[in-house]
Amino acid sequence: MRGDGLRTLAGFALALWLILPLVPLAIWSVAYGWRFPALLPPDLSTQAWAYALSPTSGVLQSLGVTVSIAASATALAALVGVPAGRALGLYRFRGRGLVILLLIAPAILPGIAVALGLHGIFLRLGLTGTVWGVILAHLVPVLPYMTLVMAAVFAGFDTDVEDQARSLGARPAQVFLHVTLPAILPGLMTGALFAFLVSWSQYLLTLSIGGGKVQTLPLVLFTFATSGRNDVTGAVSLIYILPGLLALALIARRLTGRNPALGLQVGR
Amino acid sequence: MTGRTNPVWLLLPVLLVLGGLFLAALGLTLIRSFRYMPVLGLTEPDLAAYAAVLSSPGFLASLGLSLWIALASTLLSAVLALGAALLLRQTFPGRQLIGFLFQMNLTVPHVVGAVGMLYLVSQSGAFARLAYAGGLITAPAQFPALTHDPFAIGVILLYVWKEVPFITLILLANLQSIGVDHEATARSLGATRWQAFRHVTLPMLMPGLLAASVLVFAFAFGAYEIPLLLGASSPKALPVLAWQSYTDVDLAARPEAMAMAVIIALLGVLMLLAYARLARPLAERGRHAR
Repeated sequence: MRGDGLRTLAGFALALWLILPLVPLAIWSVAYGWRFPALLPPDLSTQAWAYALSPTSGVLQSLGVTVSIAASATALAALVGVPAGRALGLYRFRGRGLVILLLIAPAILPGIAVALGLHGIFLRLGLTGTVWGVILAHLVPVLPYMTLVMAAVFAGFDTDVEDQARSLGARPAQVFLHVTLPAILPGLMTGALFAFLVSWSQYLLTLSIGGGKVQTLPLVLFTFATSGRNDVTGAVSLIYILPGLLALALIARRLTGRNPALGLQVGR
Repeated sequence: MTGRTNPVWLLLPVLLVLGGLFLAALGLTLIRSFRYMPVLGLTEPDLAAYAAVLSSPGFLASLGLSLWIALASTLLSAVLALGAALLLRQTFPGRQLIGFLFQMNLTVPHVVGAVGMLYLVSQSGAFARLAYAGGLITAPAQFPALTHDPFAIGVILLYVWKEVPFITLILLANLQSIGVDHEATARSLGATRWQAFRHVTLPMLMPGLLAASVLVFAFAFGAYEIPLLLGASSPKALPVLAWQSYTDVDLAARPEAMAMAVIIALLGVLMLLAYARLARPLAERGRHAR
């Protein structure tokens, strides 16, 4: 089929374009003395990887800090966002539209609009330069994703099963653990993936609230990129991409479904 | 029955967190933009910071640059994503792999993409090396400046790279919910493929495409680290300028930074309202479909 061939060709061009910027990063991470105009590095080396993985570079430490911050922000967002999602998904009430607008706002308003004021507040509270301060700051862009995903999940949730469990004598905690939670778990995982990735890729909020003391991976990557260590930058880039890919692989199927959260941006 | 719990209690935590962090931060920024900072002895609010910012050629150049970056990135991404979505709707060899690459792209942080783009299109990057090997140039300086350039080409390329998959996945989800029935009906009534697309499918995709475009525009307008890495040092993108004013050793520049943040926030609010308007028909359509 001629149409098939054209489509495959267009698809191939798309695929190439999608992986193209990642190729130099991968090559740089194993390159040695790769100067202009060499098309490929004259020698390969594991130096950059050895350095990136060694304690002196602080990259693995940053990986730990970044994972802890993203995981904590996600957990806190779930704690606050699941009840809110339930309210928005199950109830019609006055001011609902306004609440939704307030929830979408932090995801759309540029980070710089919030970062300066938040820095002023956290300075007074003694939260600047602390991991906790950064986690709290990340809640601002993370919460919208978690809450709106949960709102969509609860919109399709049948509360009759809770009533049945209750009428059979289950206590509220038992109802939640054995009835509600299993039903919303797949949606919660999707919300958690979005929340994690949003925190994972924060730059300006971490820079402003962390004040250089909280070194997450994007900050470390930026430092290497602007100091001309292209080989280490390549290695750190790949280390930085990996957890996102793992998270995606874990919940890959859920992303293709109709998900209102896709209406908001992932990875920022 | 859902009348047992008052939704206010369920919403209280999220409202407290967003009120205490997000709204309070915006409020403080607004107050300080009027040069009200008792700590520095400024107790008479005025509009001097706004006057200074709006009459500064540097600010206007930065505002223009950021608007250009956002507009160009959004238009290019939207058109390419529309094409990609129509392509990926069909079945052909390798379609699944491309679908996977689209999802993978979503998880790649912007800053990684930005560094990759730098190594790809800078004057000593991969494309410049290819041009040298092809005999097109004999020195890096002869390769067109695509990064740190006045038109922010590298910045725009990065956004297109990152946002095309984002918009495409939204369009694919929309196409899936629209189904093929409407298009098939149009075709059976004698419409050509182009007519069926132009008059049936495209109008139905439009709200989703526009809503996604608003999100892309807002992000491309407000991002900080990407123009810092790929953009020129003058004029700077607006968020870069605002942050540098804020961290200036001269504390007098802070109210001006706050005024810039307020102007950026106002543009953000406009985009928020546009998004809410565009997203509503989508949500309603979803409800009727059930």
